[in-house]
Amino acid sequence: MLEVGLSHYLFVSAILFSLGIYGIVTRKNAVLVLMGVELVLNAANINFVAFSRFGNFGIGGQVYALFVIILAAAEAAIALAIVLNIYKTFANVNVDEISKLKE
Amino acid sequence: MDLSFITESLYFVKPEIAASASIILLVLLDLIFHKNKTIIPYVALAGIIITGIFVVDQFNISGFAFLSTDNPKYGMIAVDNFGAFFKLIIIISSIFVVAFSAYSDEINKITDRLGEYYALIFGMILGMLVLISASDLILIYLSMELLSLSSYVLAGFTKLRDRSSEASLKYLLYGATSTGMMLFGISILYGLTGSTNLYIISAALQTQSLNLLTLAFSIILIFAGIGYKISSAPFHFWTPDVYEGAPISITAYLSVASKAAGFALLIRFIKTTFVTFVDDNGNWQLLQVFDWESLLIIISLLTMTLGNFTALWQRNLKRMLAYSSIAHAGYLMLGLLVFSNQGLIAILIYFTIYLFMNLGAFFIVMVIANKTGSEDIDDYDGLGFKSSFLGVSLAIFLVSLTGLPPTAGFIGKLYLFIALVDAKMLTVAIIALLNTVVSLYYYIRVLKHMFLTSPTEKTEKIPLNFGQIAVIIIMLIPILLFGVYFSPVVDLAKSYITILGF
Repeated sequence: MLEVGLSHYLFVSAILFSLGIYGIVTRKNAVLVLMGVELVLNAANINFVAFSRFGNFGIGGQVYALFVIILAAAEAAIALAIVLNIYKTFANVNVDEISKLKE
Repeated sequence: MDLSFITESLYFVKPEIAASASIILLVLLDLIFHKNKTIIPYVALAGIIITGIFVVDQFNISGFAFLSTDNPKYGMIAVDNFGAFFKLIIIISSIFVVAFSAYSDEINKITDRLGEYYALIFGMILGMLVLISASDLILIYLSMELLSLSSYVLAGFTKLRDRSSEASLKYLLYGATSTGMMLFGISILYGLTGSTNLYIISAALQTQSLNLLTLAFSIILIFAGIGYKISSAPFHFWTPDVYEGAPISITAYLSVASKAAGFALLIRFIKTTFVTFVDDNGNWQLLQVFDWESLLIIISLLTMTLGNFTALWQRNLKRMLAYSSIAHAGYLMLGLLVFSNQGLIAILIYFTIYLFMNLGAFFIVMVIANKTGSEDIDDYDGLGFKSSFLGVSLAIFLVSLTGLPPTAGFIGKLYLFIALVDAKMLTVAIIALLNTVVSLYYYIRVLKHMFLTSPTEKTEKIPLNFGQIAVIIIMLIPILLFGVYFSPVVDLAKSYITILGF
């Protein structure tokens, strides 16, 4: 029977982090870029909880994960408000087409 | 339950408490005075001044607040002279930004959301104050997010203009990505060392043998977050777009205060985590776990070269000042990469001067944009003849940004270069010097448009009221005075370099 250990959690979080960065770099829709950011934050959360559980570092890591979840919610709220505002002014949310500021 | 440790901690966070109270007060006043909001800027100014009094009160006080449960010797917030100095820079620039906003047509058009504007500025102030003295990675992340979230909204505050909305979207996307990467780096560092407190991490790095490759990976990720705040290459791509699109008062604030907080964080992070002791000559002895020196040299030279060379062909003055502020981040990093007290003194001197010269340049650009509605360099043709006071003042600020005597900018650069030469980094010093020469071109080009081009029929006389002239003169005095009589700044900087733990 395979025992699930620290390295398995780290492996999952590394995959999530890479997927998140891949999404941020390749997606053109602003909402999908923000979903990539959420993946990165949750990868860090898995790390925090896994380290605090398997490293015997006390409860700290799990509390940090809670902080991060709350902040991610706050960030998503502000991000969506900004994206909505972009949609009102530009009538799309494609990151490549919003470029009035380029010289 | 014993709560005395909390009440004792509150003594160290009085400025932060005052800033938080101001946020609540401003939101309430916004609700109460929903018709006439003229009182709100005065309340904001009073809040900043009260916060400033508490900051001045913190001079020469040192100690930890909110002690760590793992090791009660250390805490989450380190109060020391170094932090107090940077907090004072934040407070002074906040006062100027409130003055800027009062004279900004962009902001004054939005009378109904004025309460939000100042409440968000206080959100930034609170974030920066905590960021400067945070000595725990989680607190660093939280305060950085507080600062960032407030500034995303402020960058797009004039939301009906498409340029402003675009600025806020770009700021958000770059910011969210780099703080996310920073958080991942923090989580790895936590796993490696078992703590998020910088002092405990430092002890762990000294005693345990860690996987240096993983450590380097986590440090580079954390540096991505800090580098984005100070707009250093290769994390600077947001800077020109955001600076151009955001309201000018916010641009000025981001270029000075937010950068100061980022630098304070970078210096504190490196010094508490990676420096074992400071020898008698003031040189910092770095731990041999990560090659900070090479990283900082490469990034600093890359930042200033990219900033200066891209600024050469900018026609929008706000965008040009954005690239110039990127270049200045590179210069400021020169003071850090020598890893000595002398370099730290040079950074503090440079920041004191940079505060006045950069805010001054942005204020004049704003006053002109209020009248002409654009920041294009062609609108400055013959301005020196039509509005000579503005022309001469802008010339002084730009000459000071270049770093020519007799302005204060020269003193700032001089101390940085002396620190470099003393650390025997001649190659770096020469490249930085050549960069200064390049920067001369684009600063002086503005002077050429103002004084050597004859006024066109488009050029108007810019009307100035008493308050605007007073703000400009208050910023001009330090630039001219410190250029010839700089010993007070140097003495001040020398007495404010103590970081807790050394």
